Amino acid sequence: MSLIMEQMPIVIHALNIGFIQTLKLFFVTLIGAIPLGLVIAFGSMNGMRPLGWLFSKFHYAPKNRVMKAIGEFKPIRVACRFLVWIIRGTPLMIQLLIIYYFPGLVLNNNIWGSGETGRFIASAVAFIINYSCYFSEIYRGGIQGVPVGQTEAGLVLGMTKPQIFFKVTLLQMVKRIVPPMSNEIITLVKDTSLARIIALQEVIWAGQAFMKGSQGISGAIWPLFFTAVYYLIFNGILTVLLGKLERKLDYFR
Amino acid sequence: MALLEVKNIEKHFGQTQVLRDISFSLEEGQAMAIIGSSGSGKTTLLRCLNFLETPDGGSIAVRGETLFDAADPSTHSERDIRKKRLHFGMVFQSFNLFPQYTALQNVMLAEELLAKERPDFKQNRKQILDGIEAHAQALLADMGLADRAGHYPHQLSGGQQQRVAIARALALQPDILCFDEPTSALDPELTGEVLRVIRGLADQNTTMVIVTHEMAFARDVADQVIFMDGGIIVEQGPAREVIEHPQQERTRQFLSRYAEN
Repeated sequence: MSLIMEQMPIVIHALNIGFIQTLKLFFVTLIGAIPLGLVIAFGSMNGMRPLGWLFSKFHYAPKNRVMKAIGEFKPIRVACRFLVWIIRGTPLMIQLLIIYYFPGLVLNNNIWGSGETGRFIASAVAFIINYSCYFSEIYRGGIQGVPVGQTEAGLVLGMTKPQIFFKVTLLQMVKRIVPPMSNEIITLVKDTSLARIIALQEVIWAGQAFMKGSQGISGAIWPLFFTAVYYLIFNGILTVLLGKLERKLDYFR
Repeated sequence: MALLEVKNIEKHFGQTQVLRDISFSLEEGQAMAIIGSSGSGKTTLLRCLNFLETPDGGSIAVRGETLFDAADPSTHSERDIRKKRLHFGMVFQSFNLFPQYTALQNVMLAEELLAKERPDFKQNRKQILDGIEAHAQALLADMGLADRAGHYPHQLSGGQQQRVAIARALALQPDILCFDEPTSALDPELTGEVLRVIRGLADQNTTMVIVTHEMAFARDVADQVIFMDGGIIVEQGPAREVIEHPQQERTRQFLSRYAEN
């Protein structure tokens, strides 16, 4: 016990530095994935049918089933849903490895460089893509959950589509998505530890260093266990904040 | 000249034809009731007037200006349709108030957004907004809701919500106010207050098209009645005449079912 107390200041200092990296990855992912998720959400609801449009331009009415299906083809929607399927269907860890190593090992063009900055950018890219896909599905549920009557009421009052989105639907959508988003955001805090696979020096990496030996401490496993306290406290703060947001939106139903 | 002129409206949903050769006209200051059983196309007709559905055939004109003509693609532009909608107000069966806004804000919102497009909005901002608020307050007072202006929709009864929705539709001063079964989602004891408000509007010669199942109300308040069945107009004429002395067998059958209740 006294040994642990002796090691404590060194360990805490190292873990703090690691946790700052964890937080950086967490916030950068949120800042990137929250808007990108909205873009993907709109993409996966996009109803543009360019081939059907071409058909009607040339006054061609598809007769057989194949041509009808071609006329119904919605490329943007298909592309977005395909992306979401790939990203949600494969482990984030593999995505991290592919994004970090693929350019260098396969294309012989290591765009990320070799330092910690490169690893951080690669991790951020992987996390933003991954989380924006999850967010997009939450958004889609939120948008589609707002009754059509709200949009129609806006339309008959002469509002434009953007006005209806920003003035009418958005807040109702936000209210609907806060609980599932809270869930996802708390998962993200813990998922940042996956970036350790490409040696990003986040908090678990920092804890693990004391097993192999670092700053005169080696063979110590307790720092690794101790990292859990960081996650727990930070998620506690997030839970309180997100709960506040949820209550703030309680004024309407 | 009639205020509203609807000619040969046709509408299909896939293979099903829901409206067939619908034509009628409405004079300024008159109220028209549309009656008929569920699925007869009444609501679709109203939605066509508000451009929530695009008719496959026919035309709609207000004050002689053709707003929509299925044969003329230049009348179909999304941007113009937005402005054309303002000729019509719409009150929905399920109110569709915006839940995050108070009663007053619900009434003001659309007018505010339109005011922002005015070139003088920046200079006279305060004055314009005050005017809009005073107008909205007055409308709510007309609906007997002066003391409910600061309430959110979920704090209001169904009847109160529907009266806010009527005030909201009136705020933009539409030429024609449409009601889609305005009392069907209400408890029987709450329908009275909404019908009273609509009756009051009729007394002030508001031009209205009302889809309703309240036959006595249609007879007393409407000038004209249209009875629809299977997507066509089976019978139309002066309200009292059609409801008390229907000429068509189908109208008689439909009305007798109401008489039994």
